Amino acid sequence: MLGYIFKRVLYMIPTLFGMSLISFLIIQLPPGDYLTSMIATMSDSGQAVDPAQIERLKEIYGFDDPFYIQYLKWIWGIVSRGDFGYSFEWNQPVSGLIWGRMGSTLVISLLSLLFVWIVALPIGIYSAVRRHSISDHVFTFFGFIGLAVPNFILALVLMYFAYRYLGQSVGGLNSPEFAEAPWSLAKVGDFLAHLWIPIIIIGASGTAALIRVLRANLTDELHKPYVITARAKGLPEYKVILKYPVRIALNPFVSAIGWVLPHLVSGVTITAIVLNLPTAGPLLFRALVSQDMYLAGSFILLLSALTLVGMLLSDLLLALLDPRIRFN
Amino acid sequence: MTDLAEDTVLSVENLSIDFRLRTHILHAVENVSFELKRSQTLCLVGESGSGKSVTARSLLQIVDRPGSIVDGRILLRNAGAVTDIARLDPDGQAMRAIRGRRIGLIFQEPMSSLSPVHTIGSQITEAVRLHSDLDKRAARAKTVELLRQVEIPNPDQMADRYTFEFSGGMRQRAMIAMALAGNPDILIADEPTTALDVTTQAEILDLIKRLQVERGMAMLLITHDMGIVAEVADDVAVMRFGHIVERGPVDAIYHDAQHPYTRQLLTSTVKLTRHVESRVPAVALSSQPLRPILSVRNLGKTFGWHGKTNSLRAVDDANFDLYPGENLGIVGESGSGKTTLGRLILRTVEPTTGTVVYRNKDGSEVEVTSLTKKELRGFHREVRLVFQDPFASLNPRMTVKEVIGDPLIINGLAKGKALEERVAELMRLVGLDPMGMERYPHAFSGGQRQRIGIARALALDPRIIIADEATSALDVSIRSQILDLLLDIRQRLNLSFIFISHDISVVRYFCDRVAVMHRGKIVELGEAEQICTAPQEAYTKSLISAVPNPDPRDKRMLHRHRFVAPVL
Repeated sequence: MLGYIFKRVLYMIPTLFGMSLISFLIIQLPPGDYLTSMIATMSDSGQAVDPAQIERLKEIYGFDDPFYIQYLKWIWGIVSRGDFGYSFEWNQPVSGLIWGRMGSTLVISLLSLLFVWIVALPIGIYSAVRRHSISDHVFTFFGFIGLAVPNFILALVLMYFAYRYLGQSVGGLNSPEFAEAPWSLAKVGDFLAHLWIPIIIIGASGTAALIRVLRANLTDELHKPYVITARAKGLPEYKVILKYPVRIALNPFVSAIGWVLPHLVSGVTITAIVLNLPTAGPLLFRALVSQDMYLAGSFILLLSALTLVGMLLSDLLLALLDPRIRFN
Repeated sequence: MTDLAEDTVLSVENLSIDFRLRTHILHAVENVSFELKRSQTLCLVGESGSGKSVTARSLLQIVDRPGSIVDGRILLRNAGAVTDIARLDPDGQAMRAIRGRRIGLIFQEPMSSLSPVHTIGSQITEAVRLHSDLDKRAARAKTVELLRQVEIPNPDQMADRYTFEFSGGMRQRAMIAMALAGNPDILIADEPTTALDVTTQAEILDLIKRLQVERGMAMLLITHDMGIVAEVADDVAVMRFGHIVERGPVDAIYHDAQHPYTRQLLTSTVKLTRHVESRVPAVALSSQPLRPILSVRNLGKTFGWHGKTNSLRAVDDANFDLYPGENLGIVGESGSGKTTLGRLILRTVEPTTGTVVYRNKDGSEVEVTSLTKKELRGFHREVRLVFQDPFASLNPRMTVKEVIGDPLIINGLAKGKALEERVAELMRLVGLDPMGMERYPHAFSGGQRQRIGIARALALDPRIIIADEATSALDVSIRSQILDLLLDIRQRLNLSFIFISHDISVVRYFCDRVAVMHRGKIVELGEAEQICTAPQEAYTKSLISAVPNPDPRDKRMLHRHRFVAPVL
């Protein structure tokens, strides 16, 4: 088992390099760079641009270097001193910007994953066991609504209700009065009060999808002979269901770890913008628009690293859960 | 008389089970009555769909919805007290206390009847603890003891293994251990050996019989195999379409059957224990020495890296000739390489060594092993395959006309009206009504589907048909019909068959010569009659003697030869 984990971690290294290279390449693909877009903005507003200064900036940022030199400089900085480069737009080192965003992204992903699990598991089991009952149809109905309605619309609706009927300040993860305050008990409470809206919204489609998957998987398993064996032993019905078929139908739950993070970053960026969440999505979006290449590249790199870790975790959990995977 | 009544542990009286389907009510079981007596075995015999499994499950109240007991009583006797199982709540405590504790159940599919994600030991320990107040350690000790009783070697270590690390026979042993965990006084065995090889089947039946005698259990054994019934039953009940058509002691059923259906079942079974009558072997028909239509020399297939320790010789140095008009049988147990051998001849699996020489109609020889992909197509037109599973081998979205006509269309041989005429002709040839041409496979029974599969194989006028377990999935009465059909077609179209099967009786009935395979090698090759009555090799002897004999007065299986394979 340890050998397997070691091997998997070892395989991650070349994958990470490949990903960093590709992400860097993609960011470089659009014509021009941060300076050209800055010059354009400055000329638009009628400011004079000093060619000497531009030359100096180009030299500092290394824009004249060929692509691979820029990449190597960047990646060497990360590996040797944890320096992710400099954000032109924010005028500060990328590492100063990125960790807070990554932290909140991670917290929200994990919490929405938990939310998805807690809601989808009982409903999925219930729907499969009482298939075609009225409650199953009701859950199916809401499940399809959860799948079909775009997240940001759901976000707007929930924000409206929270503001109108609960009198809550909506958007972001903290009320304005706590935004700059140091962490305290009151701030944590305020944070939690803000958290439920994004978690429900981000979890909604995942929950709906997992309910459908679990229902389908479990329906297949429920009539397998080993379930009848368990019943013929004299086990109570709830134990029969939970110990045997549910255990086997559980695999997609574990695989969900792998996809929830990339989903949160790429899939729900619009939701994050609507909700004004301090997660990676909106910042990455802006960095891409303004060709703030080191910031964007670092985000993509870190997110792919986290995704890989998530995949590894889910694979390890799957192996733990299912001996058939473990032994092959 | 009172003694007799006390021996009865369970009596079923006028039991009826209905399935409420969307459009109608299906009477799966109607008015069924029987008794189970201490230390006695009742065999419930019937073909698929006769309602025998549903009857067995109703004794534990585990009939799947929408089935339910609508009438009758299931009386369970225990020291004077009588419980009517049919009146108990299926989810109630009283019913659960009977499951596993009073009545144990063994299933057909040892593959899927144990959970793949729990260890064997944990599943048995669970059953032990459910019906006793043993603590974990004592229950574990009992589990190991149970595994020892079912003759699993190293039970202490094997308890921590998973099902996929067990062979089929071992899984069935573990399943038996689990059924015995609650010390039941009734054992229900639902086709316990159907999925097993014949020698494994003999061992498992031995084991069940021994445990039954030791523990004085009553047993309800469900099977479709009249041979097994003759070997183990005390009493027999014959089921058909949900009714018990005949019931009585085993000797009376076999030697003085009253109901025509019972007689029909017995005839089709007994017929298969002999070589087909009134037939002269094709080889003897001609006086001049015949030249083989297919010659296989030194054919071999190694999976994995050649020479490495974990490489597997699936087929090892196979040599045989197939003569025109001959039926050559290849028998062996699962994993013996018989299916791989069939595929090597067709080159759907590439051989590692050896040659296959095919002799064309004009007498010219073709070296199959060196054909190009395009040339191979021509060979495949003349050598066709019939598959085992009549359900999986037909595309459910194609009509019968499309299924049978497919090879003709692919090879550009017929279309339009000509195609339709050819398909109709083929359907008549295999005994199907051409009117059914536009229907889909789901409208046909298993036997009819297999006929469709045969018609498809015949579409291109082949000279050789390789039939891989072509009758294994069929009920016994259908099986003999299909075999007779193949024999008839063979004579009319001058075909040769390579008939791959694990079922020795089928091979004996159908084939002129038989090759016996064991661990990839052909261990014996000879006339079918000689192989079946006077086998020479130790392995063939053990294989033949393990086949149940459908005569309760001659229980051959219990005195069988045992063959211990040398450790490789």
